Formats: sequence, structure tokens, C-alpha cells
Amino acid sequence: MRLPLNPAAWRLLPYVARYRARFAAGSVFLLLATAIQLVSPWVLKLAIDDLTAGVTQAKLGLYAGALVAIAALGGVCRFWMRRIIIGASRLIEYDLRGHFFARLQRLDLAYFQRNRTGDLMSRATNDLSAVRMMVGPALMYSASTSIVFVVAVALMLSISAWLTLIVLLPLPLVSVAVRRFGDAIYHRSERIQAQLARLSAIAQEALAGVRVVRAYGREPAELERFEAANREYVARSRAVIMIQGLFFPSLAFCLGLSALVVLWAGTREVVAGRMTAGDFVAFNAYLTMLAWPMIAFGWVTSMLQRGMAAWQRMLAVSDAEPGVRDPPPHAARLPVGGVRGRVELRDLSFAYNGEPVLQGVSAVVEPGQMLALVGPTGSGKSTLVNLLPRLFDPPPGAVFVDGVDVRQLPLAVLRGAIGYVPQEPLLFSATVAENVAFGAAENGRRDDEAGGDNGDGAAGAVESAVALACLDADVARFPDGLATTVGERGLTLSGGQQQRVALARALLADPRILILDDALSAVDTRTEEAILARLRGVMRERTSIVVSHRISTVRGADQILVLDRGRVVERGTHDELLARGGLYADLDRQQRLEAELEEA
Amino acid sequence: MATAPLHDEPLAAAYDARLLRRLLRYLVPHKASVAVALAAIVGHALLRLAEPYLVKLAIDRHILTGELAGLELIAAAMLVILTGSFLLEYLETYSMGMIGQRIMYDLRMEIYGHLQRIDVAYYDRHPVGRLMTRVTTDVDALNDLFASGVISVFRDIVMLAGIMAVLLWMDWRLALVAFAVLPFIALVTQWFRRNARAAYRAVRGWIAKINAALQENITGMSTVQLFRREARSYADFDRLNRGHAQANLDSIFYYATFYPAVELIGAVATAAIIWYGGAWTLEGTLTLGSLVAFIQYSQRFFRPISDLSEKFNILQAAMASSERIFGLLDTPPSLVSPAVAPSPPGRGEGRITFEHVWFAYRGDDYVLRDVSFTVEPGERIGIAGHTGAGKTTLINLLLRFYDVNRGRIAIDGVDIREIPLDALRRRFGLVLQDVFLFSGTIRDNIAFGPAAGSDAAVRAAADAAHASPFIDRLPGGLDAEVAERGATLSAGQKQLLSFARALAFDPQVLVLDEATSNVDTATETLIRDALHRLIAGRTTLAIAHRLSTVRDMDRILVFHKGELRESGPHRDLLAQRGLYHTLYELQYRDQEAKSAKASASLRLADSPQRG
Repeated sequence: MRLPLNPAAWRLLPYVARYRARFAAGSVFLLLATAIQLVSPWVLKLAIDDLTAGVTQAKLGLYAGALVAIAALGGVCRFWMRRIIIGASRLIEYDLRGHFFARLQRLDLAYFQRNRTGDLMSRATNDLSAVRMMVGPALMYSASTSIVFVVAVALMLSISAWLTLIVLLPLPLVSVAVRRFGDAIYHRSERIQAQLARLSAIAQEALAGVRVVRAYGREPAELERFEAANREYVARSRAVIMIQGLFFPSLAFCLGLSALVVLWAGTREVVAGRMTAGDFVAFNAYLTMLAWPMIAFGWVTSMLQRGMAAWQRMLAVSDAEPGVRDPPPHAARLPVGGVRGRVELRDLSFAYNGEPVLQGVSAVVEPGQMLALVGPTGSGKSTLVNLLPRLFDPPPGAVFVDGVDVRQLPLAVLRGAIGYVPQEPLLFSATVAENVAFGAAENGRRDDEAGGDNGDGAAGAVESAVALACLDADVARFPDGLATTVGERGLTLSGGQQQRVALARALLADPRILILDDALSAVDTRTEEAILARLRGVMRERTSIVVSHRISTVRGADQILVLDRGRVVERGTHDELLARGGLYADLDRQQRLEAELEEA
Repeated sequence: MATAPLHDEPLAAAYDARLLRRLLRYLVPHKASVAVALAAIVGHALLRLAEPYLVKLAIDRHILTGELAGLELIAAAMLVILTGSFLLEYLETYSMGMIGQRIMYDLRMEIYGHLQRIDVAYYDRHPVGRLMTRVTTDVDALNDLFASGVISVFRDIVMLAGIMAVLLWMDWRLALVAFAVLPFIALVTQWFRRNARAAYRAVRGWIAKINAALQENITGMSTVQLFRREARSYADFDRLNRGHAQANLDSIFYYATFYPAVELIGAVATAAIIWYGGAWTLEGTLTLGSLVAFIQYSQRFFRPISDLSEKFNILQAAMASSERIFGLLDTPPSLVSPAVAPSPPGRGEGRITFEHVWFAYRGDDYVLRDVSFTVEPGERIGIAGHTGAGKTTLINLLLRFYDVNRGRIAIDGVDIREIPLDALRRRFGLVLQDVFLFSGTIRDNIAFGPAAGSDAAVRAAADAAHASPFIDRLPGGLDAEVAERGATLSAGQKQLLSFARALAFDPQVLVLDEATSNVDTATETLIRDALHRLIAGRTTLAIAHRLSTVRDMDRILVFHKGELRESGPHRDLLAQRGLYHTLYELQYRDQEAKSAKASASLRLADSPQRG
């Protein structure tokens, strides 16, 4: 087999080597179990020979007892073989999954945008289980079947050399056939998969476009289209069934031919006195034992192939270099006296996938100040605030915190200083309290002087963060208050509630820099005003950067940047910008009108 | 969820039996194939039973007697059996596989056909992805049931019965000795099945948790990173990973015990056969050949039994899937054509009346409140309103994607609920904001309705919609393939295509919810002009996103919070300085500036050629 030459295979070795003691013990049991299994036909042979020669009942009892003892001993060995080897494969699976997860945690946002969640999930599940099949069952079966093969053939040779040779003649053919059939089935199955994808695409289209389909009375045409694809799917499946249906009957036929040879030539050998009746029976039994290695060989090779392909797919993820990395220790810098929160953008330009998103943006925000970003969808506001905590990497020399380039700050320090509230926050399937305290323990652990996170203090902190985010009234109505589970497997929160949980989560982490990325868009204006009022005190102590569509949110900012297609087109305070009569003033007028409509 | 009853064992049994009966009904249309498969199974089983018997004959008649004459006969019989087995097994696998495939085909058509009829409201509640699962994954799970489950259970039973019969026939005493181990096999299998199932469930439970955690962590990785939660997320994940590994280690125990136990019981049977059979052979009441045959038969005894327990798992998976599939099939469409259509309304003039229409998608949350208006034949109506005013709902009701809660909608005085659905929808040409292109050629996408137009008609529609110039630039022209939902076409081009589609359909009433997509000024002008041609002389109901559309309408209905608040031509409404005026300021004023710029730039572009 060419497999050991594959460099990817070597990288699996450390995972296997960790359990070498187990594998060694498992191999001993495997050897014993297989050897014992091969003894019983021989006992049968002795019994039959004795029966033809005449024997005592006591001796029969000996043989019967031997058979049971062999099976019992073999069973015990087999039990431990399975437990140890398959168990080791489960432990390797555990290691692999953990390492895979840890690698994922190092990758940056851009990577997760490039690679679909479903694809990554499939590598951590389906591919992983294919790899496990390769290091566990496939190894175990290939070892045990090769032993069976070698020993059984040796024993058969000892009974009758030339009969063995005749019987074995068709066997290489069987192995080749298994491979051939396997390949053909594989290729034809690929064609089924392709057709299934087509069938799904057709259904997907028609179901997603159901209104148009109905409006144009196109249901019959759509059914026809689907039917044609469905028919083709059956036709392709038939191609597989035809060849798959041939697979086992052909195997059985080949093995049957060997059995026929034994029956015919073996009988003649016995009659000629060159073999005993017992030899004849044992020979038949060994022949039956050979059938399985023949089949298993093809099965195991396909499992190894699938396993290697899956392993390579997993490696592709493990080997992906994170685009955003901690600065190397010698280049890392810390602001003198800790992070205060002065943010500076120096002629910041940024392109994503070759498209320029930001061009020449400069600004300075002093600690305690509020910077607001306004502008139409796609103007680059969100990208700008994503660059600060390095969700995407800004170019060097463009984004500074307290005079240090963010690329030179250790990620933990940088992100620990920033509280980021996104527009579409992701809450985890946990309680409200756990979601709010999401980042708290990390800060507690790092800032020792914060006095540890003893239960009461933590609970109090959660409550005050919830109150600051104006979520307290909502939480009071939840079935279990702060202990209510939210997210996919719990209470479904409204968009506004989710946003406020995310706000509380960021506030609890007590950041020097607070970023609200359109973070209150789903909250109604009245609640928003209440939140902003409560936040005012908090914001006075820190730097805040607020992205919003709403004039009401940004009007109090020390500085407002109006972005359009990645450039700053207007800059100033609310009053200054209104006076200019530009984009900002337009936006203000529109929102007044909308408010007027709401009242109507 | 709906799977809850499965956990209650006695209830589950009755419930499963009902599901299974319903599933088995799908075999009925294929009874000929089923008969062939069953015949092949019985024939194949019988032939396989003959093999050890031939060995017995070889031993008794030739090996023990030393007589070679007649051995050829046994060899020939063996060859016949081999060939017969080969053919019958092939027939068996093929026919069973095809029965499975044909049933999958039937089921897919049934589900898909049902999805074409079921209420549009159903799609609001069930994401397309989940409906897709019904058509694909769930149907596949049933394939296992039909292709390798139901019928092969029959094979196992035939095999078992056959072996028992042959043993009893050869020597009833020894047969009873061999059967003595059966209760133990049953006990061990029962023990294994119960525990393996529980262990399997535990493993599935952990896998579901691992998947959920993976999903959450992958989609929320930046949140994890921003809050520097990596270590704790890893610890949480590790707990699940460890639980999963442990559950698997536990389940290995059952497998590791079961297979050796079955082998041990088999060895006990063989030992008993040698002990008793050997004695009887010595007595001369049993031939040596029979003894050997007994041993071979008893070894074939255990395979069908352990197979049967594996079939149980297939059944479990199939039950869960069939439950979901039947759940969908049992949801009847409530919006259907009337049972007896009143005198076919003909094409009529097409006067549309909304009479005191109330509608809510959910409960009492009314989206339309007491809406009444009439659209005269040939009249062009614009619908204006802020987000949430109920504009799109009007279209949904008119095309009967939903039924009104109160009041009625009539065409030429006939309630639309009394008009067959296809006749009703045939009247309308719908142009939606989100232009929906299907895979296929440009031509297929234009000749979209059931009365697919001639080439000339398609061409004419494309010309009229100003779509021809860009279509002709595509490789293949009208026969160019539309890539994944028109990914290669620009928003403006898609819009023009949707106009061409509506024109080719030649509807009595045009219903528009056109988009204000960001298109370049040249395309904007093309769209505007095409739109003019589209609505010329046709009853039109348009949700007005475009200033040009609004201005050209005979009348504009202004909706606000589900109520019809103002109505009249553009100029009059503006003059009223009411809601419409505010809306105009909000939505259309900017376009005025833009279109002025657009026509200016067009004039500039044109002038050199003229000069």
C-alpha cells in the first residue's frame, strides 16, 4: 500500500503513538483471539477422524469441551481486543476533536466569512468519524484478517498442498474484483450524488420562489422539471444497483467454485486415502474462514482511502494560518501606565477582497469623548469599528490606541480594553446571567485587584449591567428571571432584547473603549433614549465610538463623522453639520418626517 | 416536539405499528416487483440450504464408502446450485433495490406535489431548508427501510424457518439438541438490543450537543475572541467531547460482549451436536454426513438472528423520518379552488373590488383594517405607504396566497374564493421586488407561464422590455444559461427580464412590486421606459417605489398602518399636504434630484452624436 508515503499519514502518528501501550495490548489480544479462532476447525477434524475410526463417548466429551473452551477463551480475547483497540480509537477521536476546536479558536473573522459554517462542521463531525474508522476498526480488521489469511492458508497447505493451490487460484481474482466493483460503485455513486444536488437545487429554487411559481401558474411545469430530475436520479441509482447487485453474488459464486473444487477433488483425495474425512471437513471450514478476509480487504482499503481524504480535509483547517495574530514578543508594546483609551486613526485605508472599503480616514478620540459614525449602508462604518479590536487587521501605522499601533498590542490587552456591541449580536444557549457575564471571568482573572469573582459580587455586577442596558424590566417578565435560558434552545428574545443583552455583556466587562455598532437599531426610540441617558455616566469615563442610523443616537457626540463610500464627507458636531445642510442634514430631515408619520 | 410519543414505550409500539402500516402501503403499486423479489428470496434461500446437504451426500455416499461413481452428479448439482444462487441473488438485490428507488420516487413526487399545493402561509412558518430535508434526507432514510429492511427481514425469516425444517427432517432428535440454545440467543439478543439502543441514544444525544456547540462557536467565534473566552469555551466544549467519548466507550462494552457471546452459544451448539450426534453416529442411528451437515447448518443459524436485531435500528431511523414526512403530507392546503366553479367567469372586464377587507397574518394583529376600493378596468393604480402600511399584503390577498379574515375581494363582482385558483392567477402578471430567476435559459425565464409563448412572442417581449440588447450580448443569446439565480446578471438586467416575463404572460392585470435597486442612470432610464410600455393600456396595481411610476398613475392609494387614508392623483394628493406629501418628501424627493441628473447626463452623452 502506498499510504505510509503520504506525508499527511505521518501527522496522524503522534495521535496514535500516544496510545501505543493500548495498541500493543490490543494487538496481543488480537493475535490470541485470531489464533484461537483458527484452532476450532482442527478440533473438528480430530473429532471427525476419531468418529470414522471409532471412539469413546468420553473422548467426544473432550472434543465438545474443547470447542466450548476455545470459544470462551477466544471470546474473552475478542472482548478485550475490541474494548482496547476501538476504545483507543475513541480516545484518539476525542483528542483530534479537541485539537481541531482549539485550532478553530485561533482563526480570524475573515476565515469564517470565507468558509461556510456547514463545511467546517462537517469536517469536525463526518470527516473526523472517517478518520476514526481508519485508525480503529480498519486497522483492527486488516490486522486480524491478514493473520487469519496467512494462518488458514498455512493450515490448509499442511492438509493438502495441491488442493490448497487449486482452491486459492480464483482468490486473487476475488480481491481484484472487490477493488474493481468498489471503484465502479464509487464512481457511479458520485453520479447519484451529483444528481441529488441537482434535484435539491430544483426543489430549492421552486420552494424559495413559491410566490412567483404560483402567480404564474407554473406548478405543473415545476412538477415536470422535478419529475425529470427525479427520474434521472432513479436511473442513476439503477446503474449502481445493477453493479452492486452483481457484487455479492459474484463473490459467492467465486467462493462457491472453490467449495465445488474441494467437494469434488477433496472427496477423490479422501477415497484415494491421501486425506482423512476430518481433513475434508476442516479444509471446508478453513475455506469458509478465507471468504471474510477477501471481502474485508476491499472494504478496508476503501475505509483507508476515505479516512485519508477526510484527514487531509481536517488538516487543511488545522494548517490554516490565522490572519490576525498576536505581535511577536519582541515587537509587542504596551501603553505606559495601562490603557487609557485614546483612539487615533491616521489616514486609514482598508480594502476587503480587493474592494476599497475605507479611504484616508483620520480622527482622534480622547478618553471620555464620544465619536459617532453616520452614513448610508455600505459606507464602511462597520468595517471601521471592526478594525479597532482587530477583527480584521488594519494596515500598519493606521490605528492607534494610546499611541501604540493596535497591531503591536497583545490581542488580550487590546480586546480586554474594548467592549464591542454588534448590530446582530450572537447570544449563546445559556441563561441571561451567563450571557451577560460572558466576558466577566476573563477580566476578573486578569485584573487580580478587581478582587476575584465571588458569587455575590458577580451577581450584583450582572444585575447592574442589566439595569444599565434597560433590560431589567424585561428580565423581570422572563419565566426564570436572570436564570432564563435564551437562544436556540430557550426563550426567543426579540431583536431589541438581544441587543440589550449584548450591551449589558459589554458593559459588565468594564472596557476602556466602548463600541456600539448600530447596537440599538432594533430598540424603539423611547427605550433607546432611556438607555443613552443611563449610559451617560458610564460613557463619561471611557472612550465611546457609536455607529448609528439614528440622528437621535448621535446628536450628543463630541464629534460626528459622516461616511460615504469609505470617505469622510462631513465632520463636526450635530449643530455644525445641520448648519452645513449636507448629507447629515438630509438624514435629519428624513427622520423628522418619519417620526411625523409614526404619529399620524 | 412531535417525536415525544416515541419515548413512551408501549404507546410507541402502537404508534410505530400505525406508521409502519402506512409506509407498507407504498409497496402496493409495486406488487409485481415485490412478488418477484419474494420469489427470488425464497428460491435463493432454498438453494443455499441445499449446499451443506450436498456435503452430507458426498461424505455418506462417497467418502465413507470409497465409491466414486456418482460424485460427478453431486458436483454438477453443486454447479447448478451455484449458478442458480447467483442468478436468484442478483434478481433479489436488483428488484429490492429498485423497489426502494421507485418508492423514493413516488414519495418525492408526492411530497413535492403537496408542497406545490400547500398554503403559502406554510412557507412562512417553515424555512425552505427544512422543507428540503423532507424531500431529500428524510426520504433517503426510508430508502434503507425498503431496500434493506422490510423485505430482507422476510429473507431472514425464510432462512431460519428453512434451516429448522431441514434439521428436523434430517434428524429430529439432533435438531432439538441444536434448538436448545435458541432461548439463550434470544435472551442475549434482547439484552444487547435494549442496552445498545440506550447507549446509541446517549451517543446521539452527545453528538447533538457537540454539533450545537460547534455551530454556536463557529458562528460566534468573533464574540468569543473579543471577550477572550477561548479558554472557557474550550473547557465547555471539552466537557461535551469527553461525555461523547465516554458514552462511546460505554457502548463498546455491549458490542464487545454481544458478538463473542453469540459465538460462544454457537460453539455450545456445535459441542452438543458432537456429543449427542457423535454418540448416535457410533450407535449407527446417524450418518457422519448428517453430523457434518448439522454442524454447518447450525453455524448458519445465528447470522439471521443477529441481522434481525440490526434491522431494528434501521426501523427506528425510518420511523422518525416517516413521522416528519407524514406530518407534512397531512397538512391539507386550506386555500383551494372551489369544489364547484360557478359559471366560468370568462375573461370579463376585470373590475377589482376590495370590500371591507380585514386581514392578520397572526391572531388579532391586523395588517389591513376595513380596506375598500375599486380598480376600474384599464385603470392604473399606485399604492403608496411607509414600511408596514400593508402594501405587499394587498398583493398577497389579491392573488390568494392568503384568504381575507373579513370582507371580500371580488373580480367583476365574483368573490375570488369562488374562482378556480389557476383561472384567478392567470389574470395577473406579477413583478416582484426580488426578481426570481430560475436555472434554465433566458428563454425559459421569459416564457415562464404555462402557455409558454412562441419564439416570436418571447422575442417581442424581450424587445418591448428593452431586454434584447443585453440578452444578445450574452453567449447564446436567448439560450444563454442563467447561472445560480442570475448571479451573473446585474440588478437592472434582472429587472428588465422580469418585465419581459410579465409581458410574455400577457396578463389582464399587472401587479407590480418593483424595486428601487441601485442601478446606473442609463439602466434607470431603460427601466423607466420599459415600465411605461408594460403598463400601457393595462389595468395596473403598483406598489410605487419609483417616482416615475407614481406620477404616471391615474390614482394613488395611500395606506397607513393598515388603513386606506388618502386617494387621488399625484398632483391632488401633493396639494392636500397630508400623509402623501410627507411620504413624497421622504421617499421620492431624492429620486427627483437623481433623475434630473440622469436625464442631464443622458443629454450630454447624446449631444456629440447629434452634433
